[in-house]
Amino acid sequence: MTTTGEPRQGDPTEAAGPATRAMVEGDSQSEPSGAPGGNGTAIGGELLRDEHLATRDAEVVEPTSWLRLAATTFAENRLALVGLGVIVFMVLFSFVGPLIYHTNQVATNLIDENLSPSAAHLLGTSPEGRDELGRLMVGGQSTIEVGLGVGLLSTLFGLVYGALAGYVGGVVDAVLMRIVDAMLSIPYLFFVVLLAALIRPNLLVVILVLSAVSWLSTARLVRGETLSLRERDYVVAAKGFGSRAREIVRRHVTPNLLGVVVVNGTLTVANAILAFASITYLGLGPPPPATSWGNMLSTGINNLFDGYWWQLWPAAFLIVVTVLAINVIGDGLADVVEVRLQKR
Amino acid sequence: MTERVLEVEHLVTEFRLRSGPVRAVDDVSFHVDAGECVGLVGESGCGKSTTGLSIMRLLPQVGHIVGGRIVLGGRDLVGLSEEEMRRVRGREVAMVFQDPMTSLNPTMTIGRQVAEPLRIHERMPKEQARERALELLRLVGIPNPAERLDDYPHQLSGGLRQRVVIATALAAQPKLLIADEPTTALDVTIQAQILDLLDELRESLGMALVLITHDMGVIAGRTDRVMVMYAGKIVEGAPTVELFRHMRHPYAEALLESIPQLDQDADAPLYSIPGHPPDLSEPQVGCRFAPRCRYATQECSTTEPPVVEEEGNRFVACYHPVGESQGSRRHMVDQEQTLRWHAAATARRAALEGAPLLVEVEHLVKEFPIRRGILQRAKDSVKAVSDVSFAIRQGETFGLAGESGCGKSTIGRLVVALDRPTSGRIRLGGQELLRLGSAELRRRRRDVQLMFQDPYASLDPRMRVGSILREPLLVQGIGDRRAQWQAVARLLGEVGLSRKATGLYPHEFSGGQRQRIGLARALTLEPRLVVADEQALQERHGLTYLVISHDLAVLRYLSDTIGVMYLGKLVEVGPAGRVYDAPAHPYTRGLIGSIPIPDPSRERSKRGGGIRGELPSPVHPPSGCRFRTRCPLAEPICAEQEPPMQVFGPGHAAACHFPLQTPTTDAPAPPGVVLGQPREPEPV
Repeated sequence: MTTTGEPRQGDPTEAAGPATRAMVEGDSQSEPSGAPGGNGTAIGGELLRDEHLATRDAEVVEPTSWLRLAATTFAENRLALVGLGVIVFMVLFSFVGPLIYHTNQVATNLIDENLSPSAAHLLGTSPEGRDELGRLMVGGQSTIEVGLGVGLLSTLFGLVYGALAGYVGGVVDAVLMRIVDAMLSIPYLFFVVLLAALIRPNLLVVILVLSAVSWLSTARLVRGETLSLRERDYVVAAKGFGSRAREIVRRHVTPNLLGVVVVNGTLTVANAILAFASITYLGLGPPPPATSWGNMLSTGINNLFDGYWWQLWPAAFLIVVTVLAINVIGDGLADVVEVRLQKR
Repeated sequence: MTERVLEVEHLVTEFRLRSGPVRAVDDVSFHVDAGECVGLVGESGCGKSTTGLSIMRLLPQVGHIVGGRIVLGGRDLVGLSEEEMRRVRGREVAMVFQDPMTSLNPTMTIGRQVAEPLRIHERMPKEQARERALELLRLVGIPNPAERLDDYPHQLSGGLRQRVVIATALAAQPKLLIADEPTTALDVTIQAQILDLLDELRESLGMALVLITHDMGVIAGRTDRVMVMYAGKIVEGAPTVELFRHMRHPYAEALLESIPQLDQDADAPLYSIPGHPPDLSEPQVGCRFAPRCRYATQECSTTEPPVVEEEGNRFVACYHPVGESQGSRRHMVDQEQTLRWHAAATARRAALEGAPLLVEVEHLVKEFPIRRGILQRAKDSVKAVSDVSFAIRQGETFGLAGESGCGKSTIGRLVVALDRPTSGRIRLGGQELLRLGSAELRRRRRDVQLMFQDPYASLDPRMRVGSILREPLLVQGIGDRRAQWQAVARLLGEVGLSRKATGLYPHEFSGGQRQRIGLARALTLEPRLVVADEQALQERHGLTYLVISHDLAVLRYLSDTIGVMYLGKLVEVGPAGRVYDAPAHPYTRGLIGSIPIPDPSRERSKRGGGIRGELPSPVHPPSGCRFRTRCPLAEPICAEQEPPMQVFGPGHAAACHFPLQTPTTDAPAPPGVVLGQPREPEPV
């Protein structure tokens, strides 16, 4: 987390300070540096001059909505906008694409196996003779569902769990965090292999398993942040005017966690897509004809030395582009949350 | 003929920021002779620190010296390569920074850190360097230096740390020492000791010193000549005694007028310089102070005033220098306002007589257990507050003074019910808040509000000021949406901020403005008591205040009644004027004596009278009177018996075996203070 504190003596930003200060009128503060005596001693004189403000100022001064402000800031980050565009394209490609570009992704057609790209099959065919472009669309569906599903599920759960442990503290914290430690000590592939042996893994199971693994690091991160947030003066101030614990968590703790949580969340999405790819690469994912980009990647690698490049590169390209897009969206969201770095 | 150590000529330093260059130092020239102390004084952002860093060539990445010369020992430092400069730093010029904690490496013992420059510059063998480090630590007055050599910085107090930093700077015997706010982070008692040390070292080593500070009192007492800086320029330079006899530049005059002083009329308003310093990223036309200057004319805003040499080895850059007649203090504030303030103060004091007690603190004790081991058993405790009693009347401003670590902030938190006392009682309007049920306590929290020491830290960085000010109303369920926003608008007006502030984040404000936001929030719920931790207030808004500060000059100016704390004990309490003019406790006298006075003759005459040594550990406080280890009057009885509170006049009491005046018995005791033998605190 970036914390921009008070500029120190000799800090270059200090020389530039008056520009920002001038944004607020009605200020005439002489400020001998660091002098507790000097600070704020101008309040009285100021009051006398600004008395008229108080009476005139009966109209409502509600500021513009937070959402609009957030959207503007996000839009200022061009790269994040591109990332958002990419994700929208991927979703349309995977979910709307098959409605336009009809292919049979269930039947095996050995006559058409391993065809190179042509007018009939724009990206060639798979070893089972299925159209690769259509397959990328279908594979994209499961990939996106797993990525976003795991990202959301593990972030939400990790956030609540970590915030609870950190804010309540004491015995609750100790017990909750030991559970996390215990779970972290089990390798996630063990879970997957175990589950694959017990039940036939479908998409929901994959999402649950990957979430069960990814929320742990989120919870740890959130708990650590919460521990430090809990002691901040503004939290004490909120207690001081009578806020309840849940009000404090909602208004002060959670918003200040968002920075790390959002960035961590996008990493989780990216990691989940890659983990899903490796699970299906090992053949532990949903069985054929279901597929995913990771699954297609593994097939492509198996056939790499036969020169069937179209079975490998398009899937690899889509995975990399999607993960990158999600990461830059994360950066954009971090900008929105990190209000101190916004230029206005 | 004295040797000239440093000659700075037409120095220009720029910060090249993304938004464009900022000229932080613009055409600065001054010199320092051997054994001389030259002060650089000005508001934050005036370029005084940047000047120091330019001489060291330690500017941040974006900083560049774009013009002028810095001649040190006959050599221009501006053109030197980084490698040549490395040999100059430490050996010819060294620097001491503001915060001794961050300028020491926490992972190295202090012995090694002091020896480091010797190892680097003189390639001294390890053993010899250690010997020399020991000598240096002794030189800077570290008690038992041999035992301290292998300590780490966190094991030392702030004052001792700053001594170590000075020892490190002195290691390679530089000809020039630059001290940038060396005592700003320290208590007044320690500040006096460190400044004494710098003085002694300058005399004994014949070293030249550049002292950078915002504190006019420090300047008055310690420097031979002063350069007053404003917006990157030296606007006035003079021998210290001459400068304080009469200031020529209106800025220098205004700077002195705007700080509260011990000896001034506490009922008169303080002068405040209107407006802000100029934005140095823009080209400057005319005199930089003109927009804030009372004497400015057309000429000032169009052409820059030239530097004019004057009699008495001084110079000033101003078209309308202030006259020679010093006149009375406060002459910058208009008479009518002063009269109004006087009337208000008199009326207030009359109203205070017979006002009911709002806060009653009785035998308050707060101990923080120190937990160790796996079982987290309490091994010991920090005795933060030990049996303190006092009372605050309705409408009164009660000032609580003392060094850091004396327990004054702990009392603040206890009074607003953010912490539970170990024992003792705090009543607000006759009722103990902490005895109330949680729902009732939550509702009654609106009656007591705390203004935090650091206003920035107390404002949620992700909330805009509008939401910050509205939140208390929302939490307490007062008014509907419209009424709440109207209240926010009214509060902003009351503290003198624009309505535009509602849409901005706390980081978009200056320090002083954030403080006003903090004040506005504290006032939102119309509390009965405001506890202000290290906050200066000027307008009382008719409320009752507990003001906590280490700065006695500020407290003198703000408070009706003052309580002085030492290591968890209230040692003296009384009407502000009396406590200052006739203190009964030696600690109070020492504390007042440590405050630097911006008057060279008075400041210099009091050398050596301050409080010696450091605050003892609050885990094992001294027996009997806790101040005895640092007290000049201490006798054996002080170690055996805790002195009881005695009355010294109306509302004035102190706890000392050898008070500075004779106690009276017929005068009324201050409200709330329990006299006689202190009661043993009973555990709850």
